[in-house]
Amino acid sequence: MTQGSVITDEMKKAIGVESEPTIVLIEKEPIRRFAAAIGDNNPLYRDEEYAKKLGYRSIIAPPGYQPQYSFPIKVPQMRAEAGPRFRLPFTRNLNGGDEYEFFQPIQAGDVLSITRRLGDVYERDGRMGKMLFTINETVFRNQKGEIVLIMRGTGISY
Amino acid sequence: MAEQRYWEDIEVDAPVPPLMKNATPRQLVQWAGASGDYYEIHYHEKTALANMLPGIIVHGALKGAWLGQLLSDWVGEKGRVKKYSVSYRSMDVPGDSLTLTGKVTKKYVDGKDHVVEAEIWLQNGKGEKTTPGTAVVVFPSKK
Repeated sequence: MTQGSVITDEMKKAIGVESEPTIVLIEKEPIRRFAAAIGDNNPLYRDEEYAKKLGYRSIIAPPGYQPQYSFPIKVPQMRAEAGPRFRLPFTRNLNGGDEYEFFQPIQAGDVLSITRRLGDVYERDGRMGKMLFTINETVFRNQKGEIVLIMRGTGISY
Repeated sequence: MAEQRYWEDIEVDAPVPPLMKNATPRQLVQWAGASGDYYEIHYHEKTALANMLPGIIVHGALKGAWLGQLLSDWVGEKGRVKKYSVSYRSMDVPGDSLTLTGKVTKKYVDGKDHVVEAEIWLQNGKGEKTTPGTAVVVFPSKK
């Protein structure tokens, strides 16, 4: 016999609801620091003159850069604007994976508007019982309103 | 930077040129600061052990960023990474010799883009693929 579903109406209602934006300025030094932390010495992530010769306005961010963790200029003021929240049925959480879809390189000087939404939620029966999967989509738009990056993260609760 | 490769030179089933990594605890701390992920299991052994881990473990997103480096190095400055996904299937520990590589699965032309698709992964010192993924990249064409 299967147990009842752990997916609540609260979760179903949260799917697709977009948060208010968080605004971040992409700065040069954090990009350089990030590239150094990976151990990537590509001059495109360090040398502005070099990047300009290749047609960029400034240095660019390497793939896998996490602009959502920059110290923001502006964050949603109201808790409700930060996107819907719901209680997870389990206490243990794992980062299942990430997907990065790139539309344009992120360049130093860009002002990004970052919104989040719950893309989907589903459950599976695992060895240790039920597991809840949440797909979280984060959309990054530049100062012209163009999408530069979409990240989809899979959270696993069990 | 490596030499520029072109779409015409890429063959299905060919390997993605490997990238070697060996994270030190110091690098994990450096990554924590640079990425903003301060979860203690990546630098505080006591917390890691209390979470039933063998010790401190490498951040999933760092492994993801390494796969990004693998792809950017492969496509070169005239190429472009369109999309990649990574699945954090098993954990990796500092001090282990990690190899990032992959295998071409498909190549085709989509409008103006000369596209190559590949399976990509990170394997540990025992050769186990702990972190598999897929990638869609664009190479420049000679034509």
